Amino acid sequence: MGNVLIVVEANTDGSLRKATLNAITAGQQLAKASGGEVHAIALAKDATALANAVKEYGVKVVHAASAAHLEHALAENWAPAIAAAAQAINAEWIGAAATTVGRDVVPRVAAKLKAVMASEILSVEGSGADVALTRPMWAGAVIATVKLAGSVKCFTVRATEFAAAEKSGAGEVKVFAAEAPARQLTKFVGFKEVKSARPALTEAKVVIAGGRGTKGDFKPIEGLADELGAAVGASRAVCDAGWQPNDLQIGQTGKVVAPALYVAAGISGAIQHVAGMKSSKTIVAINKDPDAPIFQIADYGLVADLFKAIPEMQAAIKAAK
Amino acid sequence: MPLKILVTAKRVEDSESKIKVNPAGNGIVGEGLKYKINPFDEIGVEEALRLVAKHGGEVVVVSIGTKDVHEQLRHALAMGANRAVWVNHTGPMDQLGVAACLQKVVEKEKPDLALLGKQAIDDDQNQVGQYLAEWLGWAQATFASKEESLESEAEKSKTPAIKLAADGKSISVVREVDGGLQTVESPLPCVATTELRLNQPRYASLPGIMKAKSKPIEELTPAALGVDMAPRLTVTKMVPPPARKAGIKVPDVATLIEKLKNEAKAL
Repeated sequence: MGNVLIVVEANTDGSLRKATLNAITAGQQLAKASGGEVHAIALAKDATALANAVKEYGVKVVHAASAAHLEHALAENWAPAIAAAAQAINAEWIGAAATTVGRDVVPRVAAKLKAVMASEILSVEGSGADVALTRPMWAGAVIATVKLAGSVKCFTVRATEFAAAEKSGAGEVKVFAAEAPARQLTKFVGFKEVKSARPALTEAKVVIAGGRGTKGDFKPIEGLADELGAAVGASRAVCDAGWQPNDLQIGQTGKVVAPALYVAAGISGAIQHVAGMKSSKTIVAINKDPDAPIFQIADYGLVADLFKAIPEMQAAIKAAK
Repeated sequence: MPLKILVTAKRVEDSESKIKVNPAGNGIVGEGLKYKINPFDEIGVEEALRLVAKHGGEVVVVSIGTKDVHEQLRHALAMGANRAVWVNHTGPMDQLGVAACLQKVVEKEKPDLALLGKQAIDDDQNQVGQYLAEWLGWAQATFASKEESLESEAEKSKTPAIKLAADGKSISVVREVDGGLQTVESPLPCVATTELRLNQPRYASLPGIMKAKSKPIEELTPAALGVDMAPRLTVTKMVPPPARKAGIKVPDVATLIEKLKNEAKAL
């Protein structure tokens, strides 16, 4: 009893997505608290490589579900396979990273198993019958401790709050036969990828983010980002205006990031934005308005025009190299 | 082909409100809070109105809660929804109770499309649409967005971003997913949930507000729908998030770089 099943996610190129490793850590904590073991399930057209990629990260068994209908992470196709695997291993907990795939699929698994679910968990508390999870509410203005009732429970994991699982000996890979649903519902039509030569926003060590103060001109921000090998992020206003792709939005409803260094340029610091970056190690705020709320959470604040300060930073960093 | 669309209108704290944990640590301070329709639900109402303006049909809005939720139902009616369903419930509820009530209302109303906010901005769970789709055995198209920006011509002309197929049997949805935009085709009836950039909701007009006063609100109860609202998710404690220590202001870029290098060791 107390087994945990973690849903593995791949990047668009089929490689293992790093957030899965953070979810495995949460799974390990839950397994320890509930006296069980961590299993994982990899789903793809051919899940062999993905299952092999994850098997060394502290999971007892990786269930490799390979089938044509599992190619695109469609919730209606993935949920029955995940639910069946969970039942086969007597799982008490079923979870995934709180990516758009996890947030789409896991609630459907929970519904199938009539289980209750906690989204974006931040920590695991207690053990045995007293296991509780913490999660943000009201855009992170409140951290709630929640208890879930029932023999099966589901969750998604805020990746920034759990360390990535490390390699610790090879788990076993088992083939899992996933039946195709009787009737194909949603069909995949296409994917328009936001291509960037910069690191992925949620995995970058440094993030340079721009807000309304950029007036849509991201050249200085991109210049500094490239100097530091950093990712570029944006506030909601920037994405709403179509100045930057939606995929770069940081905040309550966008990406949650926690880099070593976060530079907020021309961002006022609305709570919805702060919810997505306040776990960053060092925060720098550059804003013309000395009263901008972003300064209340920044380690270093500079009241300045970003169009002057950011190129100056870039030049200074380049000169010091 | 006319579309019947069911939308939701959860009552939530205004996103501009200051949310504070109460001294007992079991709720938030209610004083001074303003309430609104969940912004994601409002986007759903807007999209439903655009779809119905284009294809004909009817928009029915649902909310669950005490009589206070009439305010949110009237808001959706003032925007242009045709009629409302109020599930009268006092006390706690979790996602299972909410989804079960919505399932019963859907079975009664038989809409072609249920359009929900992807999440409510109070509990931030992002689950109810998915539960509803599974329990109905319907397709789900979550995080509906669009390629055009909120300042595009398509947005200004109030073109629906969710496209109905020529045969009226499916919809095409652009989903906002990590790494880009995914397009899917979901057969009707289905559940779709809204992202921020699906549209910019309209303001209710004065004639709209006047008209809304006489639009019908049907009252139902969980008991009459056969739904057990006893929650299986319990919040046992609430605390404010850990505060970041107040930082310092630096006078210039040179000082900033020096601090980042030597103090924060971030460069």
